[in-house]
Amino acid sequence: MKKLLLGNAAVAAGAHEAGVRVVSSYPGTPSTEITESTVQYEDIYCEWAPNEKVAAEVAIGAAIGGARAMSCCKHVGLNVMADPIFTASYTGVNAGLVICVADDPGMHSSQNEQDSRHYAKASKIMMLEPSDSSECKEFTKQAFSLSEKFDTPVFIRLTTRVSHSQSLVDIFSPDHITLKPYEKNAAKYVMMPANAIKRHVDVEERMEKIREFAEKTDLNRVEMHSDEIGVITSGAAFMYAKEALGDNASYLKIGMPYPLPERLILNFAARVKKLYVIEELDPIIEEHCKSLGLEVIGKEAFTLLGEYSVNMIKKAVLGVDEPETAKSDINIPVRPPVMCAGCPHRGTFYVLKKLGLTVSGDIGCYTLGAAAPLSTIDTCICMGASVSAAHGMAKARGKEFNKKLVSVIGDSTFIHSGITGLIDIVYNKGANTVIILDNSITGMTGHQDNPTTGKTIRGEATKQVDLMLLCKAVGVDSVRIADPFDVKSFEKTVKEEIEKDEPSVIIAQRPCALLKKVKYTGHCVITDKCRNCKQCLKAGCPAIFVKDGKPFIEPTQCNGCTLCTNICPFGAIVKEDR
Amino acid sequence: METKSIMIVGVGGQGTLLASRILGNAVISEGYDVKVSEVHGMSQRGGNVVTYVRYGDKVYSPIIDKGGADMILAFEELEALRALPYLKKGGKIIVNTQQIDPMPVITGAVKYPENIIEALKASGADVTAADALELALKAGNIKAVNVVLIGIMAKNTSVPKKVWVDTIKKTVPEKFLDVNLAAFELGYNL
Repeated sequence: MKKLLLGNAAVAAGAHEAGVRVVSSYPGTPSTEITESTVQYEDIYCEWAPNEKVAAEVAIGAAIGGARAMSCCKHVGLNVMADPIFTASYTGVNAGLVICVADDPGMHSSQNEQDSRHYAKASKIMMLEPSDSSECKEFTKQAFSLSEKFDTPVFIRLTTRVSHSQSLVDIFSPDHITLKPYEKNAAKYVMMPANAIKRHVDVEERMEKIREFAEKTDLNRVEMHSDEIGVITSGAAFMYAKEALGDNASYLKIGMPYPLPERLILNFAARVKKLYVIEELDPIIEEHCKSLGLEVIGKEAFTLLGEYSVNMIKKAVLGVDEPETAKSDINIPVRPPVMCAGCPHRGTFYVLKKLGLTVSGDIGCYTLGAAAPLSTIDTCICMGASVSAAHGMAKARGKEFNKKLVSVIGDSTFIHSGITGLIDIVYNKGANTVIILDNSITGMTGHQDNPTTGKTIRGEATKQVDLMLLCKAVGVDSVRIADPFDVKSFEKTVKEEIEKDEPSVIIAQRPCALLKKVKYTGHCVITDKCRNCKQCLKAGCPAIFVKDGKPFIEPTQCNGCTLCTNICPFGAIVKEDR
Repeated sequence: METKSIMIVGVGGQGTLLASRILGNAVISEGYDVKVSEVHGMSQRGGNVVTYVRYGDKVYSPIIDKGGADMILAFEELEALRALPYLKKGGKIIVNTQQIDPMPVITGAVKYPENIIEALKASGADVTAADALELALKAGNIKAVNVVLIGIMAKNTSVPKKVWVDTIKKTVPEKFLDVNLAAFELGYNL
């Protein structure tokens, strides 16, 4: 059966066909839909873990336990799971273990543009890279058997355009894979020096075998059309190159970027006059070719930055200019992403801006609090850094500075890695104020449940982490719950907590406006009590703008959340039911 | 058939993703190879969203480059203008005459450009402008804007009407089917 599938859904389909039993992941664009798609298969145990490290460890345990297992993350999530992965390379597997990592060239939804292929080399784990949904499914399926064949975890590397493009996939019924027996084998699975020293020898022997495999596997394939131009490429870049150059070039399509073949590349190079390496992000294939003594044209003709395109490749290889396009000379305003109408974070940032605080930010929808007109967030580094970086800032600049400093972090992000920073603050006698933006969901990645929501990935009821008790348990005595839409009271709470000479936590509690259970009705209107002070515009709500010189609320955009009615100093905004 | 490239642009939350999925599934029923490229994550939060649909005998790139789109379906005027350089010379652009202020306009930093439809026409593009919001209301639900626009687009493709109707039936939830089919008709017969 042929189906139009997202690359991510195709990875899940491949894992299902390969008989995967356990999937554990933490959401992260562009990887999230892989794990979400496994939910449709009832015979797969799937879960959202608190973070990527935990997720990978769950998958490693499952694989050692004899079940085919998978863990999926975005590129920066791989940094979090690196610790267990590097050692899983030494232990090897019992049943197949696949780690999917989705890079984000162009940073559509990320804080950096790292190239995860470096991890394959660093951890000595073989890596496959599909170019479309059909390959996503086939490569994933193959990855499980390769994992067992070579006794190693296997990476599947995706990029945004592969993960988030739909193309046609042949779907088959799953293989009948039974649980492998589990036998205690301390020499293989207990990685302490004496055992690990021996396992490292096994790892190097394994890599030799896989290098030999790389020469022959059909994961890497040659397409000869021209003896003038040869292109070595992989992933999405292969598709752009095919489209741009067609039969004007020959191709060595690399489906396994680590370990790279040697003889295959040398033979291909010998058959063409001019050799290009076309790969997004870092020059990994290019440097490999150069280490083989080959003359190749790579990054000097392309770029280390962002996504590639058909026009870019046509220009660099064939010297063809961009086609003429329809144009207008009107200046086009940018349209940056904004917090939605009704977003609970808006109330929090409105207050923090008003108080003029330094705000240590984190990863989530609320990072948008950095954008105008709220312009509130000072820093955003990685998951959890809002808490620990603020601790560092306070230690660097002292008590008075700390009274003007808060951290903001979402509920899911707090569980992911904010709690450890909070423990650091308490343990090391800090006095920071941490605001947990508890919107009852993992928002930015598209509404995944997490340990604070009381539901599993399959929507089943489960124990819910009590954030207040958790913070108290690690030693924060001052923990308060506040509604960010009750701006007056919220402001008072923040002022009181930042003044304290002890660590404090404010749980800003209000659910995401896009959740089904949130039923705002009607919409707000500005009455003739309006004195045109424009205070309401400072909230940065997409539904409120100036029309004919006065603030106006667009009824199709407004969902009646009433935050603006609490902001207006003259009581000029009221809610009308539709 | 040579690959056709259709770009769907709008503002996060307008339902562009559903439109690209309906288009993708409709052209599959016609036996074409197809690729649909979507946007997820941060850009969906009220930012400009772009999806690409490409179909033909064999499609390689999932994205459309500048000067590569045969047709642009724009859910919003400013986004039509932003997408214009992606249109092939003389290509078709279908634009919903809705205007949604981006944040820099809301904060007063810049003004929303005037006379966008005229500018689109002056660029040499083949422009169809329609108030899809009004047509959606007429069909019975303001949220059916995307299906009205699909109707207008459908008329401009070689895919038969029945295929579109069948695809909509398969894609939208049962309880919204009547509204969506009415919305499609209004767009198709515009």
